Amino acid sequence: MNTLIYTTALGLFCMMAEVFNLRKLMIPFILAGLTAIFYANIADWNHSGDVVLYGINMSHMVKVDHFSVAFSGLSILLAAFIFILSHDYYKNEQHHLSDYLSILLFILCGALVLFSFNNMAMLFLGIEIVSISLYIMAGSRRFDVRSNEAGFKYFLLGSFASGFLLLGIALIYGTSGSFYMQQISNYAMSGNVSPLFYLGMLLMLMAMLFKVAAVPFHFWSPDVYEGAPALVTALMSTLVKVAVFAAFYRLMLFCFTGTFAYAQQILALVAAATIILGNAVALSQQNVKRLLAYSGISHAGYMLLTLLSINGGNAAALFFYGTTYALATLGIFALAIPVFASMRSEQVDAFNGLGKKHPLMAAMLTIGMLSLAGIPPFAGFLGKYYIFSEAIISGQVTLTFIAIINSIIGVYYYFKIILAMYTKPANESIPEPTPAFWLVAGVCVAGGIILGIFPNSLITLLQ
Amino acid sequence: MENTIQTVPQNWYLLLSAFLFCIGVMGVLMRRNAIIILMCIELMLNSVNLLLVSFSAYNGNSDGQVFVFFIMVVAAAEVAVGLALLMSIYRNVASTDINVLNKLKW
Repeated sequence: MNTLIYTTALGLFCMMAEVFNLRKLMIPFILAGLTAIFYANIADWNHSGDVVLYGINMSHMVKVDHFSVAFSGLSILLAAFIFILSHDYYKNEQHHLSDYLSILLFILCGALVLFSFNNMAMLFLGIEIVSISLYIMAGSRRFDVRSNEAGFKYFLLGSFASGFLLLGIALIYGTSGSFYMQQISNYAMSGNVSPLFYLGMLLMLMAMLFKVAAVPFHFWSPDVYEGAPALVTALMSTLVKVAVFAAFYRLMLFCFTGTFAYAQQILALVAAATIILGNAVALSQQNVKRLLAYSGISHAGYMLLTLLSINGGNAAALFFYGTTYALATLGIFALAIPVFASMRSEQVDAFNGLGKKHPLMAAMLTIGMLSLAGIPPFAGFLGKYYIFSEAIISGQVTLTFIAIINSIIGVYYYFKIILAMYTKPANESIPEPTPAFWLVAGVCVAGGIILGIFPNSLITLLQ
Repeated sequence: MENTIQTVPQNWYLLLSAFLFCIGVMGVLMRRNAIIILMCIELMLNSVNLLLVSFSAYNGNSDGQVFVFFIMVVAAAEVAVGLALLMSIYRNVASTDINVLNKLKW
């Protein structure tokens, strides 16, 4: 709760900083602020019981527990990486810097709400804070038709999905008589559940599946990822994806355990379709951002496996997988953005001959790709291992089999980029990542290796 | 106040909201003008508002009515952003037809 307030204050400060001509100070100040918020967040780890703010008991609205603190820490870290990159990424757009940075901070606020909500109103507000900020950021290149298109498509489809989310919440409120998660959960377990409640649950499920880009509600994600500025795509595919998944998990765990059997079959079907379609379509992609979008769709499918049964081990597996996926993707983006900039192209061809031009960059990109593909000894492999073993424990053997086959297929399209880097002839223009990009990529890649060898510190966090 | 709302059976509110919501959904799916699509999304949200108010009256607690305010505020923010995006599209392509949004596919 404190983290949320501090982050909001930091966002408001960024909006005002423009007025007081503090543009140069903004990014160092944000990074210092995020460090402080990170420690404030850790201090909440042992906090249990009611959240009290200025004498008002907020525990019907937010609930701080280990799950929310762990995910908040991860998202603050990812946001800090994005801010480090934004210093160089927005070098030529200084006059909009404070707007961009404050909107990015508000996305973090929305994510923090999504990790700790305890009431349908907070879930709705969290999703809308994240989404509305992202509509703006996706369309933030005003004179680029593709960015406009990405923003507007995302806006239309996103608000359409919000309509379904709201109808679901309204029906659940009508039948259970409350927006408070505990009360809804009690109603769902009472055994005497109205059919309208099931309808509401399905509508909410549909909206959440839309937000995590699961098949058949995935069609917005490749278009938006491709059209949005690369840094925003990096944010969407890491922080936002993990945040929405955490919210989805929390919703299923705290609200729908009583009626879970009805959702399980649908979720299993959706997970299988998401994994298969995401991988199959990614095979034929030539645009790297689009390829990573489809790869993100298939990873959403793997993460859906954790929602198929509700037990404690799944939260740890989801957290570990989310961390490894976000680190690997962010590392790839931190190296790909300079390549896109120097080649003026976002196709796979842009990576041709990078192995000769810049061996270190190519090696780091390769590690990121291998981690995403799930090759040992990198962290992505262990993430998949934990998710699959949890799925087998809960009896989803067929689905796990499909997922394993597909993760082998997935190796092919990651290797497409790796092969382009090492076997294709090089051309003249050499990408020059600034120190900020090196720093983020280095930390992400190192994190991917360290977590692959010493996973215990992270996996035991939520068990 | 409760009696006035409850002179109409609750199922009628439910049906009316469902009907309005479906009009909104069909409008989003079938119309091609971006502004009309925006209006249809608003219609969807407002049908939910109606449903929440009626549930709130019948359940006898005011949570639903408070939630309606949240929806109104969020819908206003959403429309502000949507219209701004639409303006920048209109400046670039001089059209509000969503069929011109075809640069990104496959």
